[in-house]
Amino acid sequence: MTNVNEPSGQPQPLPTSTAVPELKTRDRSRRAFLFKLALYLNGAIGAVLAVPILGYILGPAFKKDPSYKSWISLGPVSSFPEGETRLVDYRNPYRTDSDGETSNVACWVRHIQANQFQVFAINCAHLGCPVRWFAQSKLFMCPCHGGAYYVDGSRASGPPERGLFEYQYSIIGNDLMIDAGQMPTLSNSACLKKPLVQISPNSPYQDQEKTSWPA
Amino acid sequence: MAGLRERTVSVALGTYAWLERRLGLTKPLAEAAAHPTPPTSASWWYVFGSAATVLLMLQVFTGILLALVYTPSAGEAWSSLQFLNHQISLGWFLRAIHGWGSDFMVAIVLIHMTQVFLFGAYKYPRELTWIIGVFLLLFTLGMAFTGQVLRFDQDAYWGLGIGASIVSRVPWIGGPLVHMMLGGPIIGGQTLSRFFALHVFVIPGLLLAFVAVHVWMVLYLGVNEWPMPGRIVSKATYDREYHELTSKEGVPFVPDAAWKDAVFAAAILLCVIACALFFGPFGPTGEPDPTIIQTAPKPDVAFLWIYAVLAYLPPELETPFMFIAPIVVIGGMVLLPLVAGEGEKHWSRRPIAVLMVSVIAVTLGVLTHLGTYTPWSPVMEAWSGDPTPTDYLKNRSPLERQGALVLQNKQCRNCHALGGLGGMRGPALDAIAARMTQDQMIRQVLQGGGNMPAYGNALSPAETRALVGFLMTLRGNNLSPAIDASRTLTQANPSAIPPGQVR
Repeated sequence: MTNVNEPSGQPQPLPTSTAVPELKTRDRSRRAFLFKLALYLNGAIGAVLAVPILGYILGPAFKKDPSYKSWISLGPVSSFPEGETRLVDYRNPYRTDSDGETSNVACWVRHIQANQFQVFAINCAHLGCPVRWFAQSKLFMCPCHGGAYYVDGSRASGPPERGLFEYQYSIIGNDLMIDAGQMPTLSNSACLKKPLVQISPNSPYQDQEKTSWPA
Repeated sequence: MAGLRERTVSVALGTYAWLERRLGLTKPLAEAAAHPTPPTSASWWYVFGSAATVLLMLQVFTGILLALVYTPSAGEAWSSLQFLNHQISLGWFLRAIHGWGSDFMVAIVLIHMTQVFLFGAYKYPRELTWIIGVFLLLFTLGMAFTGQVLRFDQDAYWGLGIGASIVSRVPWIGGPLVHMMLGGPIIGGQTLSRFFALHVFVIPGLLLAFVAVHVWMVLYLGVNEWPMPGRIVSKATYDREYHELTSKEGVPFVPDAAWKDAVFAAAILLCVIACALFFGPFGPTGEPDPTIIQTAPKPDVAFLWIYAVLAYLPPELETPFMFIAPIVVIGGMVLLPLVAGEGEKHWSRRPIAVLMVSVIAVTLGVLTHLGTYTPWSPVMEAWSGDPTPTDYLKNRSPLERQGALVLQNKQCRNCHALGGLGGMRGPALDAIAARMTQDQMIRQVLQGGGNMPAYGNALSPAETRALVGFLMTLRGNNLSPAIDASRTLTQANPSAIPPGQVR
């Protein structure tokens, strides 16, 4: 492999293409034009290529909320005792093979009376952490930043701006059905329902601190 | 023997010449390594940048090794980490090095940035080096966050939920952005794949490219000289001054300055290895099963301060703050060298710079410290787990003891501590009767207020009476009870009671 006699040390400068004085101006401008044309061609191909790439990347973004959602059963009405709030798991109707257990979703079902229910998302309306129900104090509490909600899901205290997200429900036959499929956030249809308590100057939960209490 | 030695040397030289003739890299690399450096810059203060690069290499290397086993599928990622921890020999150690390497990298990048800022090294002509550096910091934090997601446990799952909830607050396009981030409607298989691609391909690619540009600029522009008070940077004269400095007094970077870089890098690597050995890998914590809600998710140490900020912001300020503050902070860092590209470099002549560093460091430190014990979070098991201090039950009436029971049973302990145990969301109750009168307590319990929910619907009158009876006994170390001055006044002068009011 090695050849000891090979010239060593300073590598010889390679002949550069700038030294072509005899090249005619016409030829040069023709090649410059062809190069430009090739650039435009590549630009056009790039634009064509961008369409499927963007479509692929932005695909999930353009899908509308309802296409993810469908009505699913949480079980017979009789499994929810009246006046109680219970934790229920369901399989998300929209799922893929690689989801594993992440497509299992929990929610809180409050059976008010007869056919009156409230089905709350597990996700705190503040930043999505799982809220826990405490039947004794009739409060939902969030372990992350301490948001608290009353039994009807309305905001009690802490950083949430609104009450818990609620699923639409319906009783079909003897089954409690909910319209589920996506993680509820402040930007999707879970939020369309008017929040139970919105932070506002008129909110009854805002000014209590300042309420003077006569002795 | 002499013949053999000569032949060996000549073969080695020949190989070198053969390679160099075809590669042509040795000479420019040797020149770069020996580029003249201001002698004062061959300092222990100038070692952080190279240490960060070495840590990046460690992360790339250990990351590739982990990817040999890790399964980026939401259904299997968690168990593949368990497999790494327990089944693969030394898998736990590799995970620990990668995890601790990440923490060290974030820390060293921040220290490097602080040093560069305080030494005025971002000023002319190194403005772009700083701006690239800002992006390197963001990419490093991006790696830390996406890496935490790949440790697909409960913290990662709910951390993604927090991320999605933040993104959902973006005006107008929040909804589509959440779907983009999650790759679907819920946190699931598509989400983990996305974050895997980000953590393994996209961000590392950007990071390596930007590091290459960053290092190139250090070579091209030269290492920043040691700042001296009164030596002003001016675009008109700096290049000549720097050239004079390096051509007259300059020392070759290798070995005169590089030995310190090498020693420090070795020390940092040793620290990472030691931490990995003694403290082991990070998690994974519980399985990423969203139906297991008995969890208190928490971000990794680099993001604890954000966790604290989100707990303390008033609700109505939160959304604007989430989107305006990062723009202001990142914009400020990017614009800094363009606005302050000339002038004094020395910290003793830049009091505002020193003040800024101090304030930011103390703020981040305090918020991170708060994040380690989250005083704003209710302690979910306190009501059933924490004992009532026995002193608080001695010589108490049955009603008062009943009140102590009510206090436990109604989850008051989740937010209020007794005897140092319990939540810290609300004030500790050990001396509550020294601060509030009976009336005030009844009102606070029933109506809530401040940061406390109203318990009016959760307490019967009898329970309220018992609870407040117990609370009235809590006067710390026998402090005098809180008194309502107006009550004594009205009792002394019954005519002062407004008509229609009881008492």
